Amino acid sequence: MKLSRSITRIVLGSALVALGAGASMKAPSAAPAPSPLLLNAAGATFPYPIYSKWFTEYNRLHPDTQINYNSIGSGGGIRQLQAGTVDFGASDAPMTDQQLSQNKVPVLHFPTVLGAVVPTYNIEGVSQDLNFTGEALADIFMGKITKWNDPALASVNKGVKLPDTDIVVVHRSDGSGTSFVWTDYLSKVSKEWETKVGRNTSVNWPVGLGGKGNEGVSGLVKQTPGAIGYVELIYALQNKLPFGLVKNSAGVLEKASLAGITAAAAGKSKEIPADFRVSITDAPGKAAYPICSFTYLLIPSKIDDPAKKTAIKDFLHWMLTDGQNDAEGLSYARLPKDVVARELKAIAQIN
Amino acid sequence: MANASTAADGARLSRRARQFIQQLRHGDEVAHLITLLAASSIIVVTVMLVYQLYINSALPRHKFGFEFFLGRTWDPVSGVFGALPFIYGTVVSSALALLVAVPLGVGAAIFLSELAPTRISNYLTFVIELLAAIPSVIYGLLGIFILVPVLRTVVEPFLKTTLGFLPLFKGPMYGVGMLAGGLVLAIMIVPFIISVSREVLLAVPVEQREAALALGATKWESTWHVVVPFARVGIMASIFLALARALGETMAVTMVIGNDPKISASLFAPAYSIAAVIANEFTEATGDLYLQALIELGLVLFLLTILINGLARLVIMATTQKGTAAQ
Repeated sequence: MKLSRSITRIVLGSALVALGAGASMKAPSAAPAPSPLLLNAAGATFPYPIYSKWFTEYNRLHPDTQINYNSIGSGGGIRQLQAGTVDFGASDAPMTDQQLSQNKVPVLHFPTVLGAVVPTYNIEGVSQDLNFTGEALADIFMGKITKWNDPALASVNKGVKLPDTDIVVVHRSDGSGTSFVWTDYLSKVSKEWETKVGRNTSVNWPVGLGGKGNEGVSGLVKQTPGAIGYVELIYALQNKLPFGLVKNSAGVLEKASLAGITAAAAGKSKEIPADFRVSITDAPGKAAYPICSFTYLLIPSKIDDPAKKTAIKDFLHWMLTDGQNDAEGLSYARLPKDVVARELKAIAQIN
Repeated sequence: MANASTAADGARLSRRARQFIQQLRHGDEVAHLITLLAASSIIVVTVMLVYQLYINSALPRHKFGFEFFLGRTWDPVSGVFGALPFIYGTVVSSALALLVAVPLGVGAAIFLSELAPTRISNYLTFVIELLAAIPSVIYGLLGIFILVPVLRTVVEPFLKTTLGFLPLFKGPMYGVGMLAGGLVLAIMIVPFIISVSREVLLAVPVEQREAALALGATKWESTWHVVVPFARVGIMASIFLALARALGETMAVTMVIGNDPKISASLFAPAYSIAAVIANEFTEATGDLYLQALIELGLVLFLLTILINGLARLVIMATTQKGTAAQ
């Protein structure tokens, strides 16, 4: 009994398989490739939400191309690209000359979207948005301004009653593109910061507590009276954190916004070099928010597999045109028009 | 002659083969082989681990040499790397954890094995073993949301007003810092000490207790002077197991220790541990020297663990030689 039943099951099963095979043979060959083309990418975590959306969306439009993205961090993305284990990488900070010289194949930078970093704080009894100058931020993070009622802060916050409490500095403890943008900005507005601390994904912080990730920093800031830290704009918006205005190079106090970030990139557009490796912190322009940056896809300039080459080029084209419309919905700032135009031309450099 | 000897050889061989097969049938040889493989795989993994750590940290080893252990600066921008603040943070936070966890853990184990009614003991032991299985990130969250605010608003101000003359309790009170790191570690390792020590105490033969009681000892005297010394080696082992866990703990520590590589006498000040800095900075470490310095930190942690475990062995050996019943 049992045996006969299992035999029927096997027969039925194989019949089904045969049917399935027959059906798939009869079906018109929609995709020329037998299995979808698989592209592997790895890198920055900051743009992961939009990259994930883009890759899914692109796969829906082009079922024959599938892009896997591992958000392992910019440093990991660069290393994997150099080791040749991924088809392309992603990084918040542009690669340094030294890193570029270690590549077997020259690497092209393609800015994808923009992000900003904002100062967030927790002062008892202060509910207004505070104003900061770049110099004051640098001095606070240097440990030179230690009280909230310091004249350097009071002078730009007239009408706000700043308390006589100690400032507790909170920074990121994990290496991150956010820290890079923040320290890059402080390096531009303070010579002392540039020489003593410098810019990097992790630095030797003169003072302060370290929190892991945006959530670690904001958690410490929320808990500690008198604390100031920095987080990504997206994170501050999504979690409704209070954040301050920062005086830009035109002398205007600017509250971070997607428009303000795109304005900063537009203000810098004349200075953007052919390889797009540029810092856009402290950008000129009245509407520019000063602490922001591009995030990049890192594409090898020579791709041997013709199918992969076509797919990557096509994806870049789509990302720069239709893909840009997804940016604002996810709180990323879109690229300025002239940067898009230049990148579209740069796609031709991949061969 | 030649023929005879080969025949004898053949006979001996076949006898040996038969013996071997017989042993195989008993399973001894197979069991021996499998367990040997299992044991040697541990050694192979350890050796490969050290080899990889050593090979991949060549740059900072050559650049800094022994200075790596003594350097106090960790500056990825200028490429200067010193491990001392991390070593200090790791050792001190673990020591602090032991200071709190050992009396608590051993005390609780004695209560559970000797004094508590069996039903309560079993119930509590189940809960304690559950605690040991909680992921460390949960302990970290508890640390951030409960321990740190309590430390900042209650414990640290109290310590400062009462014991503030000691350098240990000076400076600004953030809540996060060495004290928070040590306490979270203590909470995490207490269940290990309790559950292993309790097993060891329960394994002490009943005759030992009966003999002490027969000589007129009270319940507590028999526990403290007979049972606990008898189980001393096992309790010690549980403490070192807990210490090993504390040294390598990453997530819970980094969430509450403040993550600042500075050496400060105050327990209120932020600190940093080796495991925490590796986890924090590894993904975004771009330069070769930077990356390899982090790998060398891994090597340092490994050496530290070996050193402390070695010391632990010595302590155990010393106490067993002096000891009486423990074997």
